[in-house]
Amino acid sequence: MPGLVEVLEAHGETTLVVDTPRLLEAAGHLRDELGFDFLSDIAATDYLGWDSKDVSGYIGTPAGRDLNKPSTQGHQRLPRPKARRFSLSYHLLGMREGAPRVRLQAWVDDGEPVQSLVSVWPTADWHEREAWDLMGIRFDGHPNHRRILMDDDWEGHPLRKDYPIGGEPVRFSGEE
Amino acid sequence: MALAPERPRIYEGSRIPSPIPSVLELSNALRSSQDVLTVNFGPNHPSTHGVLRLVVDLHGEEVVGLAAVVGYLHTGFEKNMEQKSWWKAITYAPRIDYVSFQNNELVFVLAVEKLLQIDVPPRATWMRMLLAELNRIHSHLVWLGTAALELGAISMFWYCFRERDRILDLFELVAGFRMHTRYFQVGGLAEDIPPGFFDECAKFVELMPHAIDDYESLVDRNQIWLERTQGIGLLSRADAIALGQSGPVLRGSGVDWDLRRAQPYLAYDQVDFRVPVYQEGDVYARYRVRMEEMRESVRIVDQALRRLPGGAWIADDRKVVLPPREELHTSMESLIHHFKIVTEGFSVPEGEVYVTVESPRGELGCYVVSDGGPRPWRVKFRAPSFVALEATATCMRQALVADLIAIVGSLDTVMGEVDR
Repeated sequence: MPGLVEVLEAHGETTLVVDTPRLLEAAGHLRDELGFDFLSDIAATDYLGWDSKDVSGYIGTPAGRDLNKPSTQGHQRLPRPKARRFSLSYHLLGMREGAPRVRLQAWVDDGEPVQSLVSVWPTADWHEREAWDLMGIRFDGHPNHRRILMDDDWEGHPLRKDYPIGGEPVRFSGEE
Repeated sequence: MALAPERPRIYEGSRIPSPIPSVLELSNALRSSQDVLTVNFGPNHPSTHGVLRLVVDLHGEEVVGLAAVVGYLHTGFEKNMEQKSWWKAITYAPRIDYVSFQNNELVFVLAVEKLLQIDVPPRATWMRMLLAELNRIHSHLVWLGTAALELGAISMFWYCFRERDRILDLFELVAGFRMHTRYFQVGGLAEDIPPGFFDECAKFVELMPHAIDDYESLVDRNQIWLERTQGIGLLSRADAIALGQSGPVLRGSGVDWDLRRAQPYLAYDQVDFRVPVYQEGDVYARYRVRMEEMRESVRIVDQALRRLPGGAWIADDRKVVLPPREELHTSMESLIHHFKIVTEGFSVPEGEVYVTVESPRGELGCYVVSDGGPRPWRVKFRAPSFVALEATATCMRQALVADLIAIVGSLDTVMGEVDR
C-alpha cells in the first residue's frame, strides 16, 4: 500500500497509519484495490496534553493526581506519547461478506494541511468540513472549505483541547 | 453479505453534483435568468424535523439549486462528554438522537465495553436487543406519522402516535423514563427487568402487526400518496454507496446491507429476521423498507421475549459496576467501590475503538479514545442523519417544491443528531 507507515492491531480493529502527504494515494488504493468502497466516518482527535496530567483535568485535586501511583482508579501509567498533535481517522467499510473494516489514520500538526478525499469518497465532503470547523484541520482541494456546524464568522475551533469550556461572551446581533 | 444482483439502473451514470457533492448549483443557462427565485426554506419550518435550513433556488415550481445549512442545534455533545466521567457521559448519548435514543445509548456503551473488555451477561444482551428493536419501531412510527403529515395524510399522525405512546409506556415501565431512558449501563443494565414488563410487551407484540395493517390500509393504495412518493427523489445504488448512505435509504436503493446481519452484534445472529430491500430508490421504496422493518422488528421483539434468558443482568466487576444497593449497609468494600465509582468514576484502558450498530436511520458509529483515565479523551459519533442530508442535492434533481418536502422527509433526519 502506498505511504504505509505502520499497521496496528488492537481490540480486533486494524489501523493503517499512512504518511500524510500520500493520504490521497493510499485512499485510492484502499477503495480500488482492496474494495473499501464505503467511508463510514472521519474522526479528528486533538492530542494536546495527551501525556501530561494537567490538560484533561482529572477529577480529584486541582493539581491533578499522582499518575504513577497504583490502585488509584485514576491513571496508573502515562499513555504512550503521540508523534503529532492531531490524528485523522478514516473509518472504512468493505460492503461484502464479513464486513471488513479498517481505520486509515494520518497524523498532522497544527496548521498543516491534509489532502481532501472528496474525489475518492464524495461523502467526505461534510465530514471534512466538520473536521475543519471543530478541530481546525485544513483540507487541500476541498471544493467547499467552509464551517458547517458553527457560524461562518466563528472564532476558534471548539473541539480542540485548548478551547475554553463555557464562559464565551454572549453575542447580540445589535452589538457592534 | 452478498449484494443483490445488479438490476436495471434507475438513471444512467451518477447524479452526484460536481464539484461539491452536497450542493446543487444553478446551471449556467439559469444563472443569468431573471426567473430564478432564491428562497430560505427553514430553519423554522414544520416539515424540516427540527431546524434545517435549505437555501433553494426555484425556477417556477422546479428546484434548480439547493444547499443545506445545518448547525442550528449544535450543542457540543462530544465536547461535553469529554468533561464527564465515563458513566456520566452515557447520559449524553441518547440525547444526540432524541428519536432513537436507545440505539445511541447502546453504541456508546458497547464502545466503552470493548475498551474495557468486559463480558456482558446474556440477559442484558437480549434485553438490549429487545429495547433497541422497540426503539426502532418507535423511531419509524415518528417518521411515518410526521412524513405522512407533511404530505397531507393528517390522520396517520394520530394512529402512529397512538402506538408510539404504547412503546413509551413500555420504556417507562422498564426504566422509569419515557425517553432518554439511560437504562444501558456499562456491563449490562441499570436495573433488572420488572416482572410486569413481559405481559405488557407481549400485548404490544400482539397488537402491533394489526396497527401496521391499519397504516398500510390508510396510505398504501392511496392515489395521492402513491403519486407523491413513487419515482420521486431517485438515488441509485452506486450513488447511495458513494454518498455513504445507510439504513433504509440504502436498502431503498437496492443494496442488501444491514449491519445486524452483516456484522452481528448483541444476539442478532440468534434470531430470525428478514432484511427488506427495494430496488426503486425513490421515496416510496424508503417508505416500504421502513414499514417492513417495523414488522421484522416486532418479530425480533417476540423472539426476544420468548427466549430472554434469566440470570444476572449486569456484569459482576466491582471496579466498573456499581455494587448491589443492599450490600452498601453491610459491606465496607462495597461502600468504598460505590463511593469511588460515583465520585471519580472508573478508568478505561488506553486505546481507541470504533463501534457501529444499525440504528433506525442506518449505520450509527461511535469512535472513542481513552487515555487510561476516568473520562473519555475523545468521543465522536458517526451520525447517519448527518450523512443522509448530504444526499439531498443528489435526490433533488428534477424535483418540484412539493417533492422537496417528500424527499427531505424520506431521508428521515433528526437534526439533533445532525448537529450534535
